[in-house]
Amino acid sequence: MAETSRQNAVSLSDHVQAEIRAALKRYPADQKRSAVQSALHAAQHDNGGYLTVALMDAVAQVLEMSPIEVYEVATFYSMLETEPVGRNSVSVCTNISCMLRGADDILAHVENRLGIARGQSTADGRVYLKCEEECLAACAGAPMMMVNHVYYENLTPEKVDEILDNLD
Amino acid sequence: MSDERVTIEVDGRKLEATKGEMLIRVTDAAGISIPRFCYHKKLSVVANCRMCLVEVEKAPKPLPACATPVMDGMVVHTRSEKAVDAQKGTMEFLLINHPLDCPICDQGGECELQDLSLGYGEGVSRFNEGKRAVRDKNIGPLIATDMTRCIHCTRCVRFGDEIAGIRELGATGRGEHMEIGTYIERSVDSEMSGNVIDLCPVGALTNKPYRYTARPWELVQHAMVAPHDAVGSNIYLHSRRGRVMRAVPRDNEQVNETWISDRDRYGHFGQYEQRLERPMLRENGQWREVEWEVALPAAAKMLRAVDASRMGMLASAASSLEELHLFRRLAEGLRCPNLDHRLGLGDFTDQDSAPLFPDLGQSLTSLEQADSVLIVGSNVRKDLPIVHHRLRKAGLRGASIAVINPADFDFRFPLSHQCLAADIGVELAGLTVAVSELTDSPMPMNLRDAIANTAVSEEHRAMAKMLQQGDKTTVLTGALAEGREDYSLLRELVRYIAEATDAVFGELPVAANAVGAWLAGVLPHRGPGGAAVDTSGMHVGEMFARDDMEAFVLLGLEPELDAVDAGAARKALRAAGRVVALSAWQSPEMLEYADVLLPVAAWPESAGTWINLEGRWQGHQGAVPPLGDSRPGWKVLRVLGNELGLSGFDYLSPQDVLDEVRQRISQAEPDLPVTTPVVARAMRPAALMRLGEVPLYSVDPMVRRSSPLQKTTDGVRARQVSMHPHDIERLGLTDAGHVEVRQGEGRAVMPLVADERLAEGCVRVCAGLAETRELGKRFSPVEVVAAEGPVASTAMEQDEA
Repeated sequence: MAETSRQNAVSLSDHVQAEIRAALKRYPADQKRSAVQSALHAAQHDNGGYLTVALMDAVAQVLEMSPIEVYEVATFYSMLETEPVGRNSVSVCTNISCMLRGADDILAHVENRLGIARGQSTADGRVYLKCEEECLAACAGAPMMMVNHVYYENLTPEKVDEILDNLD
Repeated sequence: MSDERVTIEVDGRKLEATKGEMLIRVTDAAGISIPRFCYHKKLSVVANCRMCLVEVEKAPKPLPACATPVMDGMVVHTRSEKAVDAQKGTMEFLLINHPLDCPICDQGGECELQDLSLGYGEGVSRFNEGKRAVRDKNIGPLIATDMTRCIHCTRCVRFGDEIAGIRELGATGRGEHMEIGTYIERSVDSEMSGNVIDLCPVGALTNKPYRYTARPWELVQHAMVAPHDAVGSNIYLHSRRGRVMRAVPRDNEQVNETWISDRDRYGHFGQYEQRLERPMLRENGQWREVEWEVALPAAAKMLRAVDASRMGMLASAASSLEELHLFRRLAEGLRCPNLDHRLGLGDFTDQDSAPLFPDLGQSLTSLEQADSVLIVGSNVRKDLPIVHHRLRKAGLRGASIAVINPADFDFRFPLSHQCLAADIGVELAGLTVAVSELTDSPMPMNLRDAIANTAVSEEHRAMAKMLQQGDKTTVLTGALAEGREDYSLLRELVRYIAEATDAVFGELPVAANAVGAWLAGVLPHRGPGGAAVDTSGMHVGEMFARDDMEAFVLLGLEPELDAVDAGAARKALRAAGRVVALSAWQSPEMLEYADVLLPVAAWPESAGTWINLEGRWQGHQGAVPPLGDSRPGWKVLRVLGNELGLSGFDYLSPQDVLDEVRQRISQAEPDLPVTTPVVARAMRPAALMRLGEVPLYSVDPMVRRSSPLQKTTDGVRARQVSMHPHDIERLGLTDAGHVEVRQGEGRAVMPLVADERLAEGCVRVCAGLAETRELGKRFSPVEVVAAEGPVASTAMEQDEA
């Protein structure tokens, strides 16, 4: 299966390799592919928030999958990025509960504050505003957004400014 | 699935079925039609198109027939209001994003979506919004893509995964953004890739070189056999106004199931390239087109004038049985004993004790049932894609498969053991000793002497054990063994292994009529059906090795590409004063050595019979008329026989010829000595051995001229020299872009690439190419040195200039 992956082979960092080994322990030895999501998460995190074809090929090789199978997973899940993005990931939920509680205004505010539209990253590579985020199961605290895996709830424009300004 | 039989009712008809079988299989078998897109009888069930929804009584919602197991007493309605309503609903959704471009779509007229939309679609769409568009991909020279038309049935994806065994296409993205493609820009390289064209129910994947050249309703369909390999896949050729336009598979569960290789699908694109359309004569060094009435007497005169003992008659093993039989009869008439077809054979030492013909030793369907297989010296995946597919099915079922090869050929079945070596003979010898020790069966003296002092490794012992434990064991040798100078030894070793482990012995001949050519007696030492001959003649190796041959008669050959020793063949042909070539194609090389060129029809233009590697006789009628003044090979040979005044050459049809050869074969008394075969000595070790594989798109004159095939990755790789990175370093070639390969007096300059799948100590320099026609034997020592920069022109370009 490794016929095509060999061409762009890069090596995964020791840390990512350790993460993959840990993930593999959870699955039977003949079902290495089960660890693909964990592996891609680790590789993305290690690479500043996004995946490259070379990284996906490396994951494919480690997990004995064909590269296209890894591309399928990486493009399917919205938490995996396959294009270069800013190092801080911001997702504003716009699903029903948040929408009813003013999420559209919050999102517009974030866009104004950062000077970018949804789906874009700031020119300095500091922040990436996700294109569209579906329900993150925090309806009780709507409107909400997620910044680097951390939930911020009951948002107001002021609160948003504070959060965004404190990003490195 | 249990064997329990159940009775179900479909549309009021009682049907018998096996419990647990999918409903759609039962209705298909009963001839009840249910619309479908994603379901295919040879692929796994995914039930994602929802087109086959039917009403099942007591089920609250319509169920997909492809994923609904039958149970006793089930009552199904496929045409009820509920079922049709569900099917129409599905169709409406499928058409939302499907473009209305049928008039310019190549699939138009044979499109499953178009056909079913007639029955289940509405005349007017309720969808007023913009349709989505998907960028097309470039996936190589064989398959055209129009991905906006894709309905995401995923048949092509499953084909790669399940049948070809190489996942090249996938579904990336999600929901509205889902696309079928390769994600990164790359070509689809499977040797069976073209099958996705047939699988695609819409016009998203179409035949690239055929595209926009014909409409399905203009085509006439002809049932044919594809003579590009010894499987003889069943195909249909589609012709329009007397020209072949395309090839598609014809179902035959015993042979190719429902698949064909890309070679069989795209080979015909070489049919009209470089054709020899009129008879030609060389007079005073000048070529001149002449009438048949002039050419045939001239050829006859030439053949009568030469000393038959110094004339060689050589036929392609891809010729039809009819042609081969008449070629043999012509040789008999001319009293020329030097008759052969074995241009790919490297060793004739044991020809007297050879079996009646080289074959698989079993049927393709039983090969699939093997549980333990040894393959020695074969790139079976590229040489015989359908055999590889059968082996893959065996492998996936759990068969243990072991390989002894000079390279890791990336077979798409799991390997239990693999021995890689530049000299596969050494590894085979090791295995033989291991088998002998394990089974406690003494080796015959001739073998024991030949492989004395052989080292046995743990891998050899493990392989031997695997073969011994197998219940249905098969051992096979292929073209990479056949072309070696010590093939007789290798074959005897493999035969001994087969005997000791109670295995079926088989060979993997590549040429379409390899079996037929032996049976028809196109041999110097045997007549039809293995009968004895009065005088044994020279075999092809000897003919080419001599420098005093006076004449050659060639049938369907390009010896400088077909012969094991291309350089020697070229020399012998140029040295012979008189060469009569019967060929459908011409080449600059042929104009150099030939004196009379007789244009014979290409295989789609003539009736013929081929015997495949199972021993299966398969034939066809010509699909289109012969091009220009060319005539079917059997007719040319027949009239040549008349011109020579030979008796019995008064056949009226190819059927007469076939009847005669069938009778001769069945009445023959095979004269096969049972003496211990004399075998060749093992090859001497060399610093660098050539791996002179004949690449899959160079096996016969037609595929050599098929430009879509030559542009594939396999076609391009054939023209590169490849070596293991360690060898490149050892020889100081790290910075060499191009290298010069030297063998005897021959030279070839080609680009160098590293390939860590090759065994160390061997260099892949393909045969069957204009670039390497000066070189010597396919599997013997070579030298490789750095060449000056990129060369100005290759041999091929010189030819064209």
